[in-house]
Amino acid sequence: MTWGWAVLAVAVGGAAGAVVRLLLVSGPWGRLRGVLVANTVGSAGLGAVVALVESPVVMLLLGTGVCGALTTWSTLAVQTAQLGPRAPGFAAAYLLLNLVLGLGAALLTLTLLG
Amino acid sequence: MTLTARTLLAVSAGGAVGSLLRWFVDVLMPGAWGTLPWGTLLVNVLGSALLGVVVEVLDRGGGSGVLGAFLTTGVLGGFTTFSTYAVQVALLGGADPAVALTYFVVTPLLCVAAAGLATTWVRRARGAA
Repeated sequence: MTWGWAVLAVAVGGAAGAVVRLLLVSGPWGRLRGVLVANTVGSAGLGAVVALVESPVVMLLLGTGVCGALTTWSTLAVQTAQLGPRAPGFAAAYLLLNLVLGLGAALLTLTLLG
Repeated sequence: MTLTARTLLAVSAGGAVGSLLRWFVDVLMPGAWGTLPWGTLLVNVLGSALLGVVVEVLDRGGGSGVLGAFLTTGVLGGFTTFSTYAVQVALLGGADPAVALTYFVVTPLLCVAAAGLATTWVRRARGAA
């Protein structure tokens, strides 16, 4: 794998992951549910990629690119910080739900497919 | 945020840029197996602080628009990653449970604190100006 292919794989995968996340947060179900779904599905996806994929360029495309960009810590952190002062209990529950579902999803695919 | 062709293009370009920046940090700070993933921690905390700044600046500027979508959902959304964090915690759990637990707890605390402090900092800077 040359640097050119590696850069292309990360860029194309990252573009695709970010667009899917945009579609998820733009739906009528709202931005909070959109981020929760993106983070859970992306964590399950990366667990599967780590368990199954051996090609470095496919790893960069699907793992670093698609799953990396589909999921987000920055939006989750800003959402939690914004909710915090108004609804501390809800903010904590939202953050915790992301952590539990994300880690659970990653563990599930890593264990089942690894 | 309305879904237009320009928004989709801006977010895809931003996602590519953010992902490449994240990958560069990963290449520069690879980290040894079984140790704390400093590179990913840095990316997630830095990205959370920067998003706090950008969101606060855009809010006061009135309306986000295409540049806002590029920077927030695109660059900073693509720069930070939740999936890598989740898989790292899961894999670290088998190598060193104490490090895994530390990483699992420290990342959310630092990311949320960084986002909150960055937002407050922008508000204060505006108030003082």
